[in-house]
Amino acid sequence: MKYWRKPLDFDELTIPHGIVHIIVDRCKGCGFCVEYCPKGVLEMSEEFNAKGYHPPKVVKEGECVNCNLCEMICPEFAIFSADASDNGSGTHSK
Amino acid sequence: MSKVAEQIPTEEMEHPVAPYLRMDRIPHIWCPTCGIGTVVRCYADALEHSKIDLDKVAIVSGIGCTGRVAGYMRLDAFHTTHGRAIPFATGLKLGRPELLVTVFSGDGDLVGIGGNHFIHAARRNLDILVILVNNFIYGMTGGQNAPTTPTTARTSTMPFGNFERPFNLPHLAESCGATYVARWTSLHIRRLTKSFREAISRKGFRFVEVIAPCATLYARLNKLGTGFNLMRFYHDNAVIDHGADTRDLDISFQDRIICGKFVDKERPTYSEMMHEHYRNALGDKFVPLPEEGGMIRDTGEKPDSKGKKPAKSQKRKASASKSSRK
Repeated sequence: MKYWRKPLDFDELTIPHGIVHIIVDRCKGCGFCVEYCPKGVLEMSEEFNAKGYHPPKVVKEGECVNCNLCEMICPEFAIFSADASDNGSGTHSK
Repeated sequence: MSKVAEQIPTEEMEHPVAPYLRMDRIPHIWCPTCGIGTVVRCYADALEHSKIDLDKVAIVSGIGCTGRVAGYMRLDAFHTTHGRAIPFATGLKLGRPELLVTVFSGDGDLVGIGGNHFIHAARRNLDILVILVNNFIYGMTGGQNAPTTPTTARTSTMPFGNFERPFNLPHLAESCGATYVARWTSLHIRRLTKSFREAISRKGFRFVEVIAPCATLYARLNKLGTGFNLMRFYHDNAVIDHGADTRDLDISFQDRIICGKFVDKERPTYSEMMHEHYRNALGDKFVPLPEEGGMIRDTGEKPDSKGKKPAKSQKRKASASKSSRK
């Protein structure tokens, strides 16, 4: 990433990494997470889930910064991000 | 033909919102691209961050799409008749003053059929949090004209366009005496969550209006695409103006939506005024409700010498005979 101004505590900062979990069969294919992911991690898949909707899929593995925006905006409670550092066991940094 | 998407197995596929929802009822009935699920997620997040005891939270909703929230959240909940969410919440708050009572309902329920209750709860400054999800239409019953439908918008009962003037809800709430008034759309998830947290920490009649897309009826009847297009519309047309004069907050059809926190003030609540008044009027004879809530006075029976409480059936009989004597 290119910075127009380097933060003073640049060396101490670490960019968080997250793992996106998608509960495929709960998705109704609204596409909110794909549209509003700030990193463009997600994309609509060509495949169908059990209800016949197209769920999202992760296309940029490792780009997720664990911002939880997909988790908050999903009306179906079908997607969430977890901190990658603790093997994604459900806890997430806020 | 396309393949079927595979569920990638991960250890613990439990969504972080799961402790706040009755997961046996999920997936919910709301349409694809409906915004109510987002509002529920934001409310659950606000509860989580307020570090509030979930046994002390009660949620009341009326009838309608948003009325289903009471059934989906794992809180003490009540799903009342159409428009009567606020009367029930009033009784709940008076009987159990220690609870955080949240009324979670739609525009047709709270300001259409229950409009009078809304006005009077705000006038009394009852200590409840009202979350109104406004989708501009009666969604569940088939797209009838609602008191919030913007002028010229089509509904199933106004096929040539609505000619009525809609409610300006923040202005209505403020002029009736609400102490906290905010409006957001379901796109403003961070600000909405922050607003819920603020409202939970305040006292008095707190009112948060959330504009949410209705894909199946409002968007379809007005040829606006899906809820996804409405979310894009909110992105382009929502203006954040904190502290704006609530008289200017009318929403016209497909026009800008002014969001923000408009009112945040303090006023004595209904219970505070009641306690103060009775303390002045009755002096020592006035026995206020205990802090932890409960019944105003017991049924007159003394507990057994062993300290056992009387059986429920006896209690009921006692209260029934008492009421019949009156």
